[in-house]
Amino acid sequence: MKTYQEINDRIASGKAVVMTAEEIIDYVDSKGLQAAAAEVDVVTTATFGPMCSSGCTLNFGHSKPKIRMTEAWIEDVLAYTGLAAVDVFMGATQLRHNDPANMYPPGEFRYGGGHVIADLVAGKELQLFALSYGTDEYPLREIRTYFTIDDLNQATMVNPRNCYQNYNVAINRSEKTLWTYMGKLEPNAKNVNYCSAGQLSPLLNDPLYETIGVGSSVWLAGARGHVYAEGTQHAGDCERNEHDIPTGGAGTLALTGDMKQMLPEFVRGVSLVGYGVSLGVGVGVPIPILNEGVLKRCCIRDEQIVAPITDYSSDYPNATGNVLGHVNYKELKSGQIDFDGRQIPAGSLSSYSKAIKIAELLAAEIRSGDFLLSQPYVMMPADTNMKPLKVRDKTT
Amino acid sequence: MSEPTTRKLMLFFPKCECEKPIIYLLVKDYDLVVNIFRAKVTPEEEGYLVLDVTGTEENIDRAVEFIKTFNVQVNETGKGLTWDENACTGCGHCVVHCPTYALHIPDRSTMAVAFDAEKCIECLGCIRVCPYGACTSAF
Repeated sequence: MKTYQEINDRIASGKAVVMTAEEIIDYVDSKGLQAAAAEVDVVTTATFGPMCSSGCTLNFGHSKPKIRMTEAWIEDVLAYTGLAAVDVFMGATQLRHNDPANMYPPGEFRYGGGHVIADLVAGKELQLFALSYGTDEYPLREIRTYFTIDDLNQATMVNPRNCYQNYNVAINRSEKTLWTYMGKLEPNAKNVNYCSAGQLSPLLNDPLYETIGVGSSVWLAGARGHVYAEGTQHAGDCERNEHDIPTGGAGTLALTGDMKQMLPEFVRGVSLVGYGVSLGVGVGVPIPILNEGVLKRCCIRDEQIVAPITDYSSDYPNATGNVLGHVNYKELKSGQIDFDGRQIPAGSLSSYSKAIKIAELLAAEIRSGDFLLSQPYVMMPADTNMKPLKVRDKTT
Repeated sequence: MSEPTTRKLMLFFPKCECEKPIIYLLVKDYDLVVNIFRAKVTPEEEGYLVLDVTGTEENIDRAVEFIKTFNVQVNETGKGLTWDENACTGCGHCVVHCPTYALHIPDRSTMAVAFDAEKCIECLGCIRVCPYGACTSAF
């Protein structure tokens, strides 16, 4: 048994033993669980992929004369201004003004909120255009100027939903090509796409939310971030297999971090033909090895994690909940899976190679004594479910 | 006679040269086998042609000189399709949709994506499916 304080003391003294969630598997195999649990302090987990529920709050500071922005666009992408005079919120899936969307399907969606966020982190100069109705103390009614992230007082990323514990494997059994947020799905079940880092993914290494909770420190695209809440659609009360691994979506994390500290490599604008824009984000989450049970669950392997094959031509859009079967991540990562007695190719929307890189970067930061862990002060619920939106008449 | 070799050529046609049957002459006068990947040749507009030519070194060199006499720009090193390694995040979404395995994952333990330009036939399928804009076409 170790405490957070003991682990942090070892990190601070530069003596912490840190391994990635990939390295730990063979290590525990050779050393044995008990000996490894006594020796290893932290296991690093990571994921990189489109994280649709993402955005950022930006504070511009005040112009002379002052303006109370009521509508604002950054690079022609609408930002939400209903916060304060010069605070705006930029959402990752917001389209650029005049984007034809799916008017001539499938649309291209070349630029949007996710690209604005990526461009900000990359240090690019962007245009701000804002309007106002004018008030006594904020008389300016229109402003057009250029800025970089360095000109902003604060640029804070917020991901209300990140690190989905597990995810659907998308297939298309219809006779036409589908263009979805899970990528291009060929007709007649000719391919599947998945989106998870599998054995490296944060919540698959802490499936029962024993260490990752509200207040946990995370590596968010290179910045020191933290979990600020359970993620939206968090549904810990779910079907689990014999390894406690959810067989579907399940848990999520809400994350935040300072964009000024982020690395452009891990913040990317996403354009999904036929679907829209989003943001690709890289996240690393350290897991403190408090006891043997925590370590045992960090030793999860791709072949022990299964994901539900879901038809995006009918079952997904109609929310039937029907699942065509399950497939494990070892098969998915091989590039081919067996479906209905046929071998079909499997593609990914999540970058495992980036996840490996992030897990190694975070491990190096912890080893060097730079990155301390924080004890969560609220644990995430394992007994809540995701509610559907009911269409109903007014009840009162 | 030297052994036949294959070279990839990218030709840019200025407005006025489009009527000339250049490809026909490459076959007839220079004994080349041509394999066209992509072409856009419209009268009164600039055009382009990406092709493999197979023949002897001497004949290919002579053919390139011949093409240049028409004021056609010949690019022997340029690629019609470029994969930007830094823009690529390595998600692997493209790999399934690449018909010739030019975009591929050499090592399934690291899952990094690699691009073999020699195998690319410029179908441009990757441009649409890449979420990060890593693949671009020269035209």
